[in-house]
Amino acid sequence: MGEKVAVFRREHFNAAHRLYNNGWTDEKNTDVFGKCSLPHYHGHNYDLEIKVTGEVDEKTGFVMDMKKLSDLVKEKVIEKFDHKNLNLDTEEFKTLNPTAENIAIVIYNLLRASVDKNLDLHIRLYETPRNFVEYPVEVKGRR
Amino acid sequence: MVYLTRAEHFNAAHKLYNPAWSREQNDEVFGKCANDNWHGHNYELFVTVKGKPNAETGFVMDAKKLGNVIKNEVIEKLDHKNLNMDVDFLKDQICSTENLVIGIWAELKSHLPAGVQMHCIKLYETPRIYVEYFGE
Repeated sequence: MGEKVAVFRREHFNAAHRLYNNGWTDEKNTDVFGKCSLPHYHGHNYDLEIKVTGEVDEKTGFVMDMKKLSDLVKEKVIEKFDHKNLNLDTEEFKTLNPTAENIAIVIYNLLRASVDKNLDLHIRLYETPRNFVEYPVEVKGRR
Repeated sequence: MVYLTRAEHFNAAHKLYNPAWSREQNDEVFGKCANDNWHGHNYELFVTVKGKPNAETGFVMDAKKLGNVIKNEVIEKLDHKNLNMDVDFLKDQICSTENLVIGIWAELKSHLPAGVQMHCIKLYETPRIYVEYFGE
């Protein structure tokens, strides 16, 4: 059994969005989401940290080839979201509210199938330098 | 002369698009920055003013007051907005970071107290791209 190590890859993209619940009135959206709900959108530089945890492969010395991880994130995530309007230009957020929380879950799901099932995947997404989210949440007692 | 800098931040949507050009020419020059439905940034703004420290206060300018001027005259107009659609002082301009700093300078300069001058507007569009304007 190799030692377990976490490896990280940072990527970034920028995008426009607005927070809006289609099932609510404009008034209620403004009440809940404030200026994040303004109709002409606003935007962010998103910083994405992908964490992959697993045993170090004896032959390569890698948990995962970082170049392959980088290519995967670019292909599955960055090309889809970079310089886009999350609400208007992406299938994933046609009806789903593009909060940082939901974007992190979507990114996890976009990547999970392409990362070896023996490796744990974890997403940290910065919406601003001061606001960031993580998914999945590590449950106490889980390995 | 002492230089005083106040850092503020805002986020906004924009696109780079010249309406006098064809779609193809905009795509060629501005690439994905010309995306029809906008994209966006977290902007970091640094406003530097200069003056002689006041003998009684020791201040070039009260940094709290400078912060209020920037918030009232600039941040309120830009934060969580669409730069192309929502901002009076950028109307009919290409919303590049270059034009944005020139606009921010013009919005601020008449709101400084006597004896204090604008020195520099520095604006980060991303952590790796920024522009500076010295009013020249």
